[in-house]
Amino acid sequence: MIGQPLDRIDGPLKVTGQAIYAYEHWEPGQPLYGVIVGATVGKGRITRIDTDSAEHAPGVRMVMTHRNAPEQGARDESVPMEYWRAQPVLTSPDIHYHGEPVALVVAETLEQARAAAALVHVEYAAGRGRFDFAAYEDEAYAPKEANGGFPTDTEVGDFDTGFSTADVRIDQRYTTPYELSMPMELHACLVQPRGEDLIVYVSCQIVDAALASIASTLRIDPARIYIITPFVGGGFGSKLGIHAETILAAIAARALREPVKVALTRQQIFQLVGMRPTSSQRVRLGAGRDGRLVAVAHDVTMATNPDIEFAEQTAATTRSLYAAPHRLTTHRLTPLDLPRGADVRAPGEAPGLLAVESAMDELADALGIDPVELRIRNEPAVDPESGVPFSDRHLVECLREGARRFGWEHRPTTPASMREGRWLVGYGMAAAIRKHFQGQATVRVRLEADGTAVVQTDMTDIGTGTYTILTQVAADGLGLPPERVRIELGRSELPTSWGSGGSWGAANSSTATHRACVAVREKLLVTACGDTGSPLHGLDPAEAVFAEGSVRIGGADEALSEILARNHPDGVQAEGETRFMGDDPNYAAYSIHTYGAHFAEVGVDADTAEIRLRRMLGVFSVGRVLNPKTTRSQLIGGMIWGVGAALQEEAVVDLRSGAFVNRDLAQYLMPVHADIPDVDAVVLDGYDDKANVLGMKGVGELGICGAGPAIANAVFNATGVRVRDFPITLEKVLPGLPLMDT
Amino acid sequence: MRSFTYERPADARAAVAAASRSGAKFISGGTNLLDLMKLDIEHPSHLVDISRLALRDIDELPDGGLRIGAQAANSDVAADARVRTRYPVLSQALVSGASGQLRNKASTGGNLLQRTRCPYFYDTAAGCNKRDPGSGCSAIDGSNRIHAILGASDACIATHPSDMAVAMTVLDAQIELLDADESVRRVAITDFYRLPGDTPHLETVLRPAEMITSVVLPPPPPGRQLYRKVRDRASYEFALVSVAAVVSADQATIAQARVAFGGVAHKPWRSVEAEAALTGRPATMATYRAAADAAMRDAVGQGHNDFKIELARRTLCRTLAQAAQSS
Ligand SMILES: Cc1cc2nc3c(=O)[nH]c(=O)nc-3n(C[C@H](O)[C@H](O)[C@H](O)COP(=O)(O)OP(=O)(O)OC[C@H]3O[C@@H](n4cnc5c(N)ncnc54)[C@H](O)[C@@H]3O)c2cc1C
Ligand code: SF4
Repeated sequence: MIGQPLDRIDGPLKVTGQAIYAYEHWEPGQPLYGVIVGATVGKGRITRIDTDSAEHAPGVRMVMTHRNAPEQGARDESVPMEYWRAQPVLTSPDIHYHGEPVALVVAETLEQARAAAALVHVEYAAGRGRFDFAAYEDEAYAPKEANGGFPTDTEVGDFDTGFSTADVRIDQRYTTPYELSMPMELHACLVQPRGEDLIVYVSCQIVDAALASIASTLRIDPARIYIITPFVGGGFGSKLGIHAETILAAIAARALREPVKVALTRQQIFQLVGMRPTSSQRVRLGAGRDGRLVAVAHDVTMATNPDIEFAEQTAATTRSLYAAPHRLTTHRLTPLDLPRGADVRAPGEAPGLLAVESAMDELADALGIDPVELRIRNEPAVDPESGVPFSDRHLVECLREGARRFGWEHRPTTPASMREGRWLVGYGMAAAIRKHFQGQATVRVRLEADGTAVVQTDMTDIGTGTYTILTQVAADGLGLPPERVRIELGRSELPTSWGSGGSWGAANSSTATHRACVAVREKLLVTACGDTGSPLHGLDPAEAVFAEGSVRIGGADEALSEILARNHPDGVQAEGETRFMGDDPNYAAYSIHTYGAHFAEVGVDADTAEIRLRRMLGVFSVGRVLNPKTTRSQLIGGMIWGVGAALQEEAVVDLRSGAFVNRDLAQYLMPVHADIPDVDAVVLDGYDDKANVLGMKGVGELGICGAGPAIANAVFNATGVRVRDFPITLEKVLPGLPLMDT
Repeated sequence: MRSFTYERPADARAAVAAASRSGAKFISGGTNLLDLMKLDIEHPSHLVDISRLALRDIDELPDGGLRIGAQAANSDVAADARVRTRYPVLSQALVSGASGQLRNKASTGGNLLQRTRCPYFYDTAAGCNKRDPGSGCSAIDGSNRIHAILGASDACIATHPSDMAVAMTVLDAQIELLDADESVRRVAITDFYRLPGDTPHLETVLRPAEMITSVVLPPPPPGRQLYRKVRDRASYEFALVSVAAVVSADQATIAQARVAFGGVAHKPWRSVEAEAALTGRPATMATYRAAADAAMRDAVGQGHNDFKIELARRTLCRTLAQAAQSS
């Protein structure tokens, strides 16, 4: 089954509306509805809050503000990861960012709650907030480490000398905007109190984190909390942790002793779930005339919330990418009174590659070397920073195969030289790299007496295909047809994992599932080969083959159902695990990444500078592919995300109020179908034996990495205009367009 | 959203009578009004549902024009064979707007009266003279990339977002209105919309209970019609700038031209200045540029939208060149 394009096993449930999401569960009965009221200043203090008319509005059961909210556990930085920490809300009259919750209104219907929310009257003493990144960029500080445990700064060789003596130098600054994860399913939670227990239906990526975070915020025993999240309508990082919706629903449900549900509005997602902070990135590349890099520096400054530090690992992107003896990377943070920064799909690489791969294009142009060839010339033999070998690096194959399939040789070598009617046409490319992470996961596999297998883990399926791939892994692992495998996910009483995120979910849970299957097989073989009643008695278990519901050793075989009936009438079960990469020697001994190469053709309207993608191809190396269909969906989705990052996505801050101005999907733009005429992803055959026993690596974020700069470089090739301030909207290109003479 | 009462009158007269109640508002497709109600920007206490009135037809007029019922759906008008052949600029403008689903629901009357997409108008925490007269205009010193370059005031720099209305403006459409006293009047579309002045909350000359019953298109003007919409993505997005043009040219001379812009002002912007600079002139880029300069003579940028001035010029030049070429 592994390697087959199995259809999503949850697909029919989803298209027939039978997949139940957090806000939709009815098991608890009629719930109450909570609506969050947000602050309308970006910094300051509540001076007066009048809840009287809201409390007396029809159907209202509770109005909670900082005055009557229960005491909550404090956010504790000794807990290693943010998503596991307490997330207290309504703790004081102080306002730290625009939209911060100031009240929760709970009523019998959503309409009543919303109407009453409008009646909560709040007065503020507005403070002077810091909202303007450009104005404070110089006041940046160095964080202790970057997100994901990456060192803040790294240095190899002597960058300054290497750079100053290089034949050709690129020294440019690139800026990227605030961006947000916008899953289709809004962040939502339904909490049912049952005695002292809380049943929590919540849309989240990591069950264990949600559990820990709720328990420590509400200061209750984790054993009293049950998380249920069978289906999640997208997360992209924004559901790694839980937010005000969950904490407030839980507090209200406990206080009212009734089920309460709370969902954020689309507008509130711009304020309450974290964002990718804006960045300013200086990239310096020094090379010889032959195109070989001698010096590479990537200095990144990003915004952070002052209280909840987030240092996106943007400069880390450069550390394993190209060979160069002299190298430097730094991360700096500028505190601003804006919502917290958080992981947004491909943290680090998404903004980092926009800068570095644009700079590589500038270098290729300065040298007069083909951009594909320039990258091939700088392919390192070992990890250029750590010096350890690569586990399985195929960047050059991706570049070559992509160039061949795309017809890269037709690229106009002179910018602004290809024209089709009113369109200026250009080609661009960029490399993709993403570090492969491994996290902890435990999976239990039970082979029932009737010969069906049940795979159990608290791992989530956030729309990526977890149900499907684990079916495939378990089917192969036990020699069963896929119909005989059942997957149970997203419940806190199941074995613990680090969920979906960082592109690690598939590899962690698949590897653990595989190991659990191996353990189940061993148990079965021990009994069967030791059982005089079995045709397998006395045969060598090492020779056993599990297929089609039976076990065969040499010429003898026996159905699983018979072995089970005789020796394991209650079924047989075992657990498999993966370890955190920090505890797995391979991840120190090898540099383990996924790779790719993106190729794009764009048209730029010669009159209006409207930029339209014409076609796009990505070629990727991700180790072994479990399911080509789900893999392709992830990669293509990522590539489209890259198109948005290059051309459209930007959350605009009002520099006076600190509010995001374009707080809905009519104003915060991302590609629609008409923007994506032709996009394809090709995956090279592969197997990375250092990553894990299945030879697989993550694909969820790789598609974005490098997709944006391929578009940006195509815009340059089409127009001769280099835009370093993302997104590339038409007004940035317009002044460089040719005169209109005909 | 606040509570409201609802009624569905049987005919147009009953509708305008019902709308005389204080706090009443018409609802047609609801694609704009319901959003604004949910965001607490509009708060009618009474909704008069006119979506099922018998005002969906598109009728032939004796002079060769068309009368489009106020309830005709945007998609039906765009697909109408007579509109497509005689008023292609209108059909093009309609299909460039919103999405298929929205166009199926959106009515002709509602489209004319859709409200601005200024982000501060949508943010009840921000000052906005249009939403809350006297509270100031947050866009002037704020984020104003999509705002007006022509006819704006110190009180408001918002634009009218409709594509359809721009095409109707270039076609000299007349809007037929029915008032609560059952009086009927016709207003030229150029007189229908107001500039913001110091009352940006008043957007049209419509009286409180007055209802749009239809839009009358006079016989099509001679020449080639074109609608060109410039936007940040390929679909499902409002115009940064749009141009509706009708050009009749013979032997390299422009006999007659009409020009209207969208996305540049508080109303669809008919440019008589550009038209004057085109009539009787050679059909060359130099003429188009002179027309574009004339159209933009009084244009003022607000900072983020400065680019719209040059964008409007270039879009006009290209649209005129294309229209003249094939007329
Ligand atoms: C996501 C999105 C994208 C869009 N993109 C575009 C675009 O690109 N281009 C574009 O032009 N438009 C666009 N639109 C706007 C769309 O065209 C309008 O929402 C629609 O035309 C409004 O028509 P309706 O019948 O739904 O009006 P309603 O929402 O029912 O009413 C709008 C207003 O008109 C009043 N009204 C309605 N009918 C009458 C009448 N007969 N007499 C008097 N008053 C009346 C109502 O009281 C209300 O104030 C978009 C809308 C959305 C939601
Ligand atoms: S431009 Fe007009 S609509 Fe926008 S904030 Fe100013 S007054 Fe309000």
